[in-house]
Order: sequence, then structure tokens, then C-alpha cells
Amino acid sequence: MTKAAEIDIVSVSKIYGSTTAVHSISLKIPSGSYCCFLGPSGCGKTSTLRMIAGHETISSGDIRLGNTVVTDLPPAKRGTAMMFQSYALFPHLDLIDNVAFSLKMKGVEKEERRAKALEMLKLMQMEPYANRRPAQLSGGQQQRVALARALITDPEALLLDEPLSALDPFLKIRMRAELKKLQKNLGITFVHVTHSQEEAMALADIIVIMSDGRIEQAASPREVFERPATAFVARFMGDHNVLTGRVISSADGVLTLQVPEGQTFTVAGEGREEGSPIDIGIRTDRVRLRESGEKTLGFNGVVSNVEYRGASVKITVMGAGSEDFTVIASDADYFDKPVAVGDAVSLSWGLEDAVLLGAVAA
Amino acid sequence: MATIAESKPTPATGGRVRNAKAFRLPPRAISYLQSAPLIAILGFFFLLPILMILIVSFWDYDFAGLYPDFLTLNYEETLGSWVTWKTYLNTLKYTVVVWALTTFIGFWVAYFLAFHIRTTTMQMVLFLVCTVPFLTSNIIRMISWIPVLGRNGLVNSTLIEMGIIPAPIEWLLYSEFAVILAMVHLNTLFMVTPIFNTLMRIDKSLIEAARDAGATGWQILWNVIIPLAKPGIAIGSIFVVTLVMADFSTVQVMSGGQSASVALMMRNQMSLLQYPAAAANAVVLLIVVLLMVAAILRVVDIRKEL
Repeated sequence: MTKAAEIDIVSVSKIYGSTTAVHSISLKIPSGSYCCFLGPSGCGKTSTLRMIAGHETISSGDIRLGNTVVTDLPPAKRGTAMMFQSYALFPHLDLIDNVAFSLKMKGVEKEERRAKALEMLKLMQMEPYANRRPAQLSGGQQQRVALARALITDPEALLLDEPLSALDPFLKIRMRAELKKLQKNLGITFVHVTHSQEEAMALADIIVIMSDGRIEQAASPREVFERPATAFVARFMGDHNVLTGRVISSADGVLTLQVPEGQTFTVAGEGREEGSPIDIGIRTDRVRLRESGEKTLGFNGVVSNVEYRGASVKITVMGAGSEDFTVIASDADYFDKPVAVGDAVSLSWGLEDAVLLGAVAA
Repeated sequence: MATIAESKPTPATGGRVRNAKAFRLPPRAISYLQSAPLIAILGFFFLLPILMILIVSFWDYDFAGLYPDFLTLNYEETLGSWVTWKTYLNTLKYTVVVWALTTFIGFWVAYFLAFHIRTTTMQMVLFLVCTVPFLTSNIIRMISWIPVLGRNGLVNSTLIEMGIIPAPIEWLLYSEFAVILAMVHLNTLFMVTPIFNTLMRIDKSLIEAARDAGATGWQILWNVIIPLAKPGIAIGSIFVVTLVMADFSTVQVMSGGQSASVALMMRNQMSLLQYPAAAANAVVLLIVVLLMVAAILRVVDIRKEL
């Protein structure tokens, strides 16, 4: 099972009647990588996955898998296999027949296909349950069977539609580790749709963040975390505070901006015209609850909420035009000098903790 | 606060609460009391009549009256007569043919409604359209076939005018064909409804999963949809089989008296005041139908649908 296909999506759109679900997106998913489509519901991530799988027609554009253009091929001819959100196991068949289903459709002899299916179930450590029906299994077990059924077709790419959303939190974390391990072992391309940032960060080689049918950023988790491309990505991933204002000056690779409330901030970057709108992101875990040495790297605000999270404390501050400027302080730092709701606090950060956010290239 | 207030009622209401407690029946009696209306209805209108039929079937009779007795003669006459056997065979033949036709038509109508109509509103509208004929009585719907199929009816006159046939087709009305046609017409909806119900419950992602596994349309139908529709088919089959087995009016009207069914035989016996013979016949029919229903339930597990 070493064959893995690169997936090339070329200006693909999906139009339902008068609404456009996917706006001409282009993306290359390298072969053998784990790719997560991430975004809020209705952002077009599931439509994109279903177009790769062939369960949704492509309104315009092309999808290439390996060396074949699969745009007009039926699902089974594409070399992809899909795992459905609710697993879609056949309730009237036992596990062996569920897994052997695609072989049966191909006309493989009964003995042979059942033997192969059992082997696949063994790989998933599900062979003790081989004669059970799906309804007799737990969520995690059903997922393994669904994986076995998808993998028995020996696909070049496995497409997973919110595979972990039906599981409880503990199982979610365990199954996600299993998915990652499986992907490493099989070496095939996994495309995984999720709305959980944590899941995407934990699993992906490439995270594709979508909003409103457009790709906001497609990059490695580290890059998405450290350098979110747009204000949407920064807000959605939740690790950055976003401040919005207008550029007032630009010098020596440092931009100065002013928020509508009057404060000015600096950020490393250039190439923005004076007066143009600008968003900057500031790492929530790098903001300190102390007076800033430099006026442009901090502001004074009022604490609106404090959440204790064990190792860290999440403090929400109002100020500088932001309703929920978040500070993640370590518990030691916080209890050293605690603050309460309604307190006036000074916040500060370093120039390297602020990133310039771009606009979406529409 | 609210709970505290409730547990300490004011003296005025407190008295009433205590009174109610004094009249409280033991829980067992309450359960029996609650089920009493249903027991009464079922007892009076279901168990009692069956019991009476069972008792009367052992009575003696002549042209003038019924005489309480314990004779097995009625059963011996019923089971020993070749007319009975022939009639049963005829009824079974109708049942099998009508069952096969209603299942086939019913499945495809339900399939069309469930999978080819996209909006739920349209599905409901079309489903209600299916039930429109049921706003008129069984007999009216049956009789309305007569001007269509008759010797100078719509079908014959149209065909003759178009020059397709030289003379009217005789077997359209008052024939087995007419009986089966009317029975299928009357009973197909009893098949459509439960099958439509089961088809609507099939998760659409199962069909996608089958397609993802490379199944063709027919393979999906055969390997996924039909197996999952089995409980609905079974429930519809029970309706159709029991209705056709017990039918006498359709057979009488549509065959013009040239064909017989078990229920029609019973009706004739009753019109000759041979109540005990009819009762014995009814008991036999009841047993046969119960066996058929048991056989259907043996093949398909319908518990999930109930």
C-alpha cells in the first residue's frame, strides 16, 4: 500500500442554484500527506471533500488525482475512499459483509472476499466482533469498521468527513492518534474535514482554513499558528487577538497603525499605504499584564472576564476597540498578581509577538 | 424556594391533599383501572365475538333454528368437501397474485416518492394524492370499474373506435382479471404506506457509501435498499394478505358471481341461515390467515418498525 496520490484542485467551484458554496479554489495536496480542511459550518469544506470524492458534481474547474483528471469519474473509479460522518455502516449486514461490500460489488467470490475482509478487520483489531451488526458496536468500534471498509478498496487517498465528531471527548483524542498512526503506516493521502482547531493542529501536515467558500490559508500547522494569514484565520484559530485600524506611518520595516479609539500600535511589516485599513494579530499567550516599556506595544483596558484553566488563566480585557482581547497567563504569573473583573489593567507585548494580517485575495 | 413552598402546603390545600391520600388506591389497582377501558373494548368487540363464533361453530342447526350442542360435524363438512378446498385454493391464488402485484407496484411508488421527489412538501402532497381514492367507499371505487371495463364500457368502446379490436373484449369485466384488477387497485396503498415509511428512514449516506464502494444503481437497490425495506414490505404484506383472504364483495361484484372466495362461501352459508357451518368456516379461515401472518413474521423481523 505504498501508492499515494497527489491531489490537485484547480479553480474548482460549486454552485447550488443561486448560492455559491465554493468559490474557485485551487490547492495542491502533496501525496502521502495528512491534510485537514478546517472552517466553521457552511464554509464549503464538506462540499470540497465531496467533490474530491465524487459525491458532488463539480460546477467548474478540475480535480486531478495522481496523473488522472477525475472530475467526471464516478466515486469508485477515482481511487479515493470516503469515510462518512455517521460512518454509514450498513445496518443489515454483519461486520465482515460491511467490510467486504465493495468486493462483493466487484463480483469477488464469497470465500475470497470474506477472507480479505477478515484480514482488514484484524488490522483494525476488530476481528472478535466480525459477526456482529454495526448497532452492537460502540462509536469508536464503528469508526474502525468504517475505516476497514474504506481501506479495503486499497485507495490512493482516504477522505474523512468529520470522522471524530460523533465520539466523546476522550475517545476523540484516542481515535485521532489512531488515525495519525494509520496514515503514517499506510502512507496514503488523508483528507480530513473538521471544525475543531485542536484536531486539525494535532493531525495535519497541511491545514486548509476555509471561510465562505474560499481558502483563507493553506499551510503547515506551525505556520498557521505563528503566522496566520488573515484576520479570519487569527480569530478562528483563537491564538491571536486581532486589532483593526488604519496605517498612519511606515518606516524601517515597521508599520504604525491607529485604532478608531485612538491608540497607536506598531507591527513589523511594510508595503502598506498610509490610511489603508490594517489588521494585526497579537499572540494571546505572549501578552503580559504589566506596563509596557513602549507605548505602541500595549494598552490599558478593563478586565471583563477571568477563566481559570488549571495551568493557565484566560483573562478577557476590553480596550483598544476590542471587546474580547484575550490574555493567556500562566497560573504562576496570574496568582503572583491576580486581577478581578472590573479592574483596570495594563497590557504589553513584544514587537515579535505581533503579526501583520493580510486580506483575503478574493 | 418553589420546592420548599410545595412541600409545606398552606392549611387550606393541605386538608385536600390528605383527603386525596386517604382515597388512594394501591398501585396495582391503578394500573388495572387504567387499562380497563381498552380491555373492555377489546373484550366486547374482539374477544367475545370470536369466542361466540368458536362456540357456535360446534352447534347443530336445521332450516328452522340453532341448537346448542357439541358437534364436530360442521368442521367435518367444511374440511371434507372438495368445494371448500377448491374455494380455498382460489382465494389463495387471488392472494398470491394480488400480493405480488401490490408489492411490485407499491415498492416502486414508494421508491419514487422517497428517492426521486426532492422536497418533503412535494413528497407529502404526492402521498396524500395517493390516498385520495380512499375518500370514497370501497364499494363505490369497485363499482366505478364497471362502466370502464363493461362490454360497452370505456375501454372496449375506445378500442373499437380506434379500430384495434373488431368486437368487445369479453374478459375485461366479470372475470378473474377484473377481480384481481379491482383488488390491486383497492389494496396497493396498504403496501405503499409502510414501504414508504421504511424507505424514508434509510440514511441517504448509506446509498452514498454503497456508491463509494462501487455499487451500481441496481446493486444498491438489491443490496441496500430492498434489505432495509423488508420490514415495510412485511407489514404491507400482512395488510394485503389479510384483506384479500377475507374479501367477498370484490370477488362477488367483479366476477359477476362466477368466482368464489372463502368469505363469499361463508356469506352464502349465512344467507341460508347455516350459521354454525359459516362459523366453522370462519374459524378455519382465521387459523389459515394467522398461519400466513406468522410465516411472514418468521421471514422478516418487523419489531424495529413498531
